[in-house]
Amino acid sequence: MMAPRPYLAAFAGRFQLMLQYRAAALAGFVTQCWWGSIKIMIYAAFFHAQVAARSPISLPQAITYTWLAQAFFILTPWAGDPDVAAKVRTGAVGYDRLRPLDAYAWWYANAAAWMTARAIPRAGLMFLLTALIFPLVGLGAWSWRPPAGIEAAALFVISLLLLVTLSSAIVMLINLCVAATLTDRGVNNFVPPLVIVFSGNLIPLPLFPDWARTALFLQPFAGVMDIPVRIYFGGLTGAAALAGLGLQLFWTVVLIAAGWMWMRRVMGRLQVQGG
Amino acid sequence: MPQILVEGLAKTYRVAERDRGAWGPVRGLIHRRWRDIAALKGVSFSLGRGELVGLIGPNGAGKSTTIKILSGILMPDAGRCEVDGLIPWRDRVRHVARIGVVFGQRTQLWWDLPVIEGFDLLAAIYRLPAARYRATREEMVARMRLERLLDQPVRQLSLGQRMRCEIAAAMLHEPALLFLDEPTIGLDAPSKLAVREFVAALNRERGVTVILTTHDMHDIEALARRVIVIGNGAILADGPIDVLRAGALAERRLHVDFAGPAPVIAIAGVEERARDGRALELSFDPSAIAAATLIARIAADHAVEDIHVVEPAIEEVIARFYQLHGAQEA
Repeated sequence: MMAPRPYLAAFAGRFQLMLQYRAAALAGFVTQCWWGSIKIMIYAAFFHAQVAARSPISLPQAITYTWLAQAFFILTPWAGDPDVAAKVRTGAVGYDRLRPLDAYAWWYANAAAWMTARAIPRAGLMFLLTALIFPLVGLGAWSWRPPAGIEAAALFVISLLLLVTLSSAIVMLINLCVAATLTDRGVNNFVPPLVIVFSGNLIPLPLFPDWARTALFLQPFAGVMDIPVRIYFGGLTGAAALAGLGLQLFWTVVLIAAGWMWMRRVMGRLQVQGG
Repeated sequence: MPQILVEGLAKTYRVAERDRGAWGPVRGLIHRRWRDIAALKGVSFSLGRGELVGLIGPNGAGKSTTIKILSGILMPDAGRCEVDGLIPWRDRVRHVARIGVVFGQRTQLWWDLPVIEGFDLLAAIYRLPAARYRATREEMVARMRLERLLDQPVRQLSLGQRMRCEIAAAMLHEPALLFLDEPTIGLDAPSKLAVREFVAALNRERGVTVILTTHDMHDIEALARRVIVIGNGAILADGPIDVLRAGALAERRLHVDFAGPAPVIAIAGVEERARDGRALELSFDPSAIAAATLIARIAADHAVEDIHVVEPAIEEVIARFYQLHGAQEA
C-alpha cells in the first residue's frame, strides 16, 4: 500500500498541472515584490537608527532574509489544498476511499506538488530580479546576496527540502481541519496570521526580543522559513545549523504521525454525502 | 459460494434538526437536536459470480447506501457483508483494488487532465503492469469509441462522452465486480444505448458481475435478468423482472381499431381504459379471460381493422409496485 508509484504519479501530475498557471505566478510574484520592497524600506529605516550595532543580524542579511522569504512565500503553509476543500464541499471526499491507497499519503503527495510547483516560477523570477538584475542596475545594496559559503549552500538545500516536507505536513493538518469541520473558511482565516508571524515572514525571528527567541526557534513554524533562510546567510552555522535541520526533521515526523492518525479518525467518521 | 453475501445490513444516519422560525438556528447553537434516519433496516441478499442485477427503488430508498457499503466507503451499523470473502470496510484496500465503481452524478476522472493522462494516473494508482494496462486500455477505447476524446480535458467533454470515459476508466484494472450507480442519468438516447451495450458485453464476454442502480426502467429491461427492489430501507422484491410484473400489475391491455365508431364492450373481467374515435383500449385480467378468447369474441361481434395486446409500461409496473408497498419517498 505504501509502495511509492501512485504517490509519485500524483505528485508529478499535480506538479505539471500547477505549473500551467502562469498568470497566477506572475501576479503572485508582483505582490511578493511589493511587500518585499516595503519591508526592506522599513528595515533600512530601522537599521539606520543606530541600532545596527546591537542587532543580531545585519541589514544586508535582513534584506536577503526578506527576498528569500518572499521568494518561498508560497511554500509556507498558510492555506489548505483547495482541491481538498472542493472535495469536502461536494461530498466527494469519500470517493478517494475507492482507491487502493493510503489516503494520507495520497493527499500529502498532492499538497506537496501543489506547493512546490507554484513556488518554482515565483522563486525563479524573484531570484532573477533581486539577485541578478538588482546588482547590474546599481541596486546592489538592496539585492539578494549569495549564500554564506559552500557549506551554507549545501545545508540550505537540505533545509529547503525539509521545509517542503514539514510545510506539507502542516498543510495536511489544515486539510484535515477542513475535512473535519466541512468548511475551509474557519481554518483558512485562522492560520495565515499565525504562520506569517511564527515563520519569520513578518519580522525575521532573530529580531524578536531575546526572551522569546529560544521558544521561537523550537516551534514548528520556524522550520518553514526562518531556519533555512538563516542557514543560507550564515546566521546558523555548525552545531546550530544541524540543530535547525534536526528540528525541521523532528517536526516533520511528529506532524505527519499526528496527521496520519487524525486522518484515520476523520475518514472513519465521515458520512459520504449525497444520494 | 456466492460472490456477494449480504445479511441483515442496517445503517442509520444522524441529522441535525433545526427548530423553525427566526430563533431556530440560534436555539440550535445551544442545544442541538438530532434525528435518526434509518437508511437501511436489515437488507439481505446474495449474488453469484457473473450475475447482472438491477437495484431499483424510489429516491431515498437505500440504494446508494447499499452500494456505498458494498464498495467499502461506508460502514454499516449492523449486519454482515462479504465480497469474495472480504469485508469491504475492514479490508478496504484489498477490496477496492478488485472492484470498479461508476457514479453517474460524480466524476472520478481528473477534471483538468486530458482523459489519457487520467487513465495513466489510474494505472499508477492500481499499479498495473505497463503491457497489461496498454492492452486493456486499447480494448476499452475501441469498445467505447474514445479515440478522439483521449486528448481532451475531462471538463470539455459532453456528459455522454464523459460517462463513456468514466466506465472505461472503471474497467482499466479489470475488476471482476462493477458497481454502476445511475450510469445513464441525463444521457441522450445514443449514449444510453452505448452504455447499455457496453455493460451487457462486459457481463457476457468478460463475466463481470454487475450491480446497477437506475431510475430508467429501460436500463433494467435491457440489462437485468434479476431485479432487487428496495423501499424504505428494506428489500421489497427480489427476482426476475417478469415475476415482478405479474405480482404488481397482472392486467394486460388490448388495443383495438374498429372499422366504425368504437362500440361498448361488455364482457366480464374487461374494462374500458380509453377511447378515441374508432380506437379503443381495454384492460383485462388474463386469469379471468384468455387473450385469445377475448380477441375472438370482439372480432365475432364487430368489424375490426387492427388488434394487438400491449403490456403495461415498465414504469407503470414499478410505480404500482412502490404504491402497493407504501414505498414512495416521504
